[in-house]
Amino acid sequence: MCWNSGMSVIEVQDLVKHYGEIEAVAGVDLSIDAGEVFALLGPNGAGKTTIVEILEGHRTKTSGSVSVLGCDPAKAGRAYRERIGIVLQATAVEEQLTVEEAIDLYGSLYPKQRKTGELIELVGLEEKTHSRIKALSGGQRRRLEFALGIVGDPEVIFLDEPTTGFDPSARRQAWSIVENLTALGKTVLLTTHYMDEAQRLADRVAVIVKGKIVAEGTPETLGGRESATALITFEANGRSIEELPLSAGVATLSENGRVTVRSMDPTRDLHQITGWAIERGVELSGLTVTRPSLEDIYLELTGGTGGV
Amino acid sequence: MSERPSTFSLLLSQTKYQNKIFFRNPIAAFFTLFFPLMIFLVFSLVFGNEEIPYLGVTTAQYYAPAMAVFAAVSATYTNLAVATAYQRDQGILKRIRGTPLPPAVYMGGKIVSAIMIATMSVLIMMTIGVVFYGVQIFAATLLSAVVTFVIGVASFAALGLLIAAVVSSGEAATAVTNATLLPLAFFSGVFIPPTEAMPAWLDAVANFFPLKHFAEPFVAAFNPLTVGAGWDWASLGYMTFWGVIAGALAIRFFKWESPVGRGGRSKRRKKGAAVA
Ligand SMILES: Nc1ncnc2c1ncn2[C@@H]1O[C@H](COP(=O)(O)OP(=O)(O)OP(=O)(O)O)[C@@H](O)[C@H]1O
Ligand SMILES: [Mg+2]
Repeated sequence: MCWNSGMSVIEVQDLVKHYGEIEAVAGVDLSIDAGEVFALLGPNGAGKTTIVEILEGHRTKTSGSVSVLGCDPAKAGRAYRERIGIVLQATAVEEQLTVEEAIDLYGSLYPKQRKTGELIELVGLEEKTHSRIKALSGGQRRRLEFALGIVGDPEVIFLDEPTTGFDPSARRQAWSIVENLTALGKTVLLTTHYMDEAQRLADRVAVIVKGKIVAEGTPETLGGRESATALITFEANGRSIEELPLSAGVATLSENGRVTVRSMDPTRDLHQITGWAIERGVELSGLTVTRPSLEDIYLELTGGTGGV
Repeated sequence: MSERPSTFSLLLSQTKYQNKIFFRNPIAAFFTLFFPLMIFLVFSLVFGNEEIPYLGVTTAQYYAPAMAVFAAVSATYTNLAVATAYQRDQGILKRIRGTPLPPAVYMGGKIVSAIMIATMSVLIMMTIGVVFYGVQIFAATLLSAVVTFVIGVASFAALGLLIAAVVSSGEAATAVTNATLLPLAFFSGVFIPPTEAMPAWLDAVANFFPLKHFAEPFVAAFNPLTVGAGWDWASLGYMTFWGVIAGALAIRFFKWESPVGRGGRSKRRKKGAAVA
């Protein structure tokens, strides 16, 4: 059920998925090229897992068209699964096996397999090589699942919240594994709730809210981030914000005594503020100028809501 | 390096791995291997190894094959249903489904492993019977005993997978298998030898279900009063019929993912007892 085509590795058009009354995916288009890392962001229940699992062949779509590596995942069988790697959001491995046994066992199902020892090292489970999975911590299990997802040396890798539950150093390790995969030319579709992860790994991101893509772009340009308002902040040191001369910005005084100026024209505003301060011989302690983070943009796009 | 693994090597490694997880699950191993043996030892102790008057065989000569059938059915029917349903709850089946392993090979590994475990428990039971309780084995009926065993375990494996296919959870599989196997074992001549006193309707129920058709010819093969080679074609045919229907329905209704949705961590629970 695969046909060769010059199309992107992952091609989704007008994808819709209903669960009874619930419309979990409401018309999504995606086009992901070979070697790209694409991140799906969105609040809980936005439909990310549903999209990813349709692409993996685990769930059926209601309507729309989907192709991965030129295959229809719903109909593709063994040959398709030999070329993809999956890290599911919620799953388990047989607890009676050891880490090494599990990687060996799952690796033996693929025509190409990565070396067990190397994989164990890659995910940092060397000390647990011979431990039963039953005895692993939550984060360690997740690392094992990561290893199982890439044991067949796949061309396309689906990672549904791969680093949830990782400690900060494990997360960095996982990031370098993903970077490693992209260096090998693999295509990665990932979902995450961590904006730093998306920022670091993704070539492109899409924000999904209630089954629809509300913004798509590179982490740098998402939602007009590159041209968005800048934030200028400094300590008030008891002064009133009314004194500030501003041409384009809006100043607010926070409870902890910091002044925040949201500016559409940061160059001019900063000039005026510092000029004003120098005139009066005032020190602007803790002065910073920042661009909104990916997280700020994300919260704006998703309405800062916790989910549906 | 990029050679697709052969079906045979996959089946072999899947069987080994199913065996491994069975033996590393102490509760299932206990109930399958030792529980039937315990019942056999207790019966032999309680009744003494006397001749059962209306049967003309000793207690051990009756109960060794009868409890061997019980063990074989536990290893196939109960274990396959319970383990498979729990694996679905945990998301293990879903993970398998996402790999290139052909589903039929995965199921094949489970079935072969269950039959190996059944064989082992039958051999242990009969050996202890022969060595310690003077149970006799007859060359004339040995072949029919083996064939009855093979058809029996294959049919009950199919039934176990059918239960796994239709229940919603591991707990449900435990409940359904126990609620069916235990009562049937009482009036299908497994726990209690068939008597004249049994009401006709109960006998009809026993005749309908496949357990009696497994136990009766298998026990008869170890009865010195059995004449000929012990072939009970009607029972064998009837068991095969049950097995084929169950297998077809299991394939038709099998689900790889828990119906509640995600088969995830929240549902991870301890592996259940095989018979509890
Ligand atoms: N099997 C299912 N049956 C019914 N409804 C479902 C099922 N799976 C998901 N849903 C619903 O579909 C919607 C999208 O769920 P999905 O799991 O795709 O979200 P998500 O974006 O992955 O969320 P999260 O960030 O929490 O993982 C939710 O409203 C969810 O309740
Ligand atoms: Mg999800």
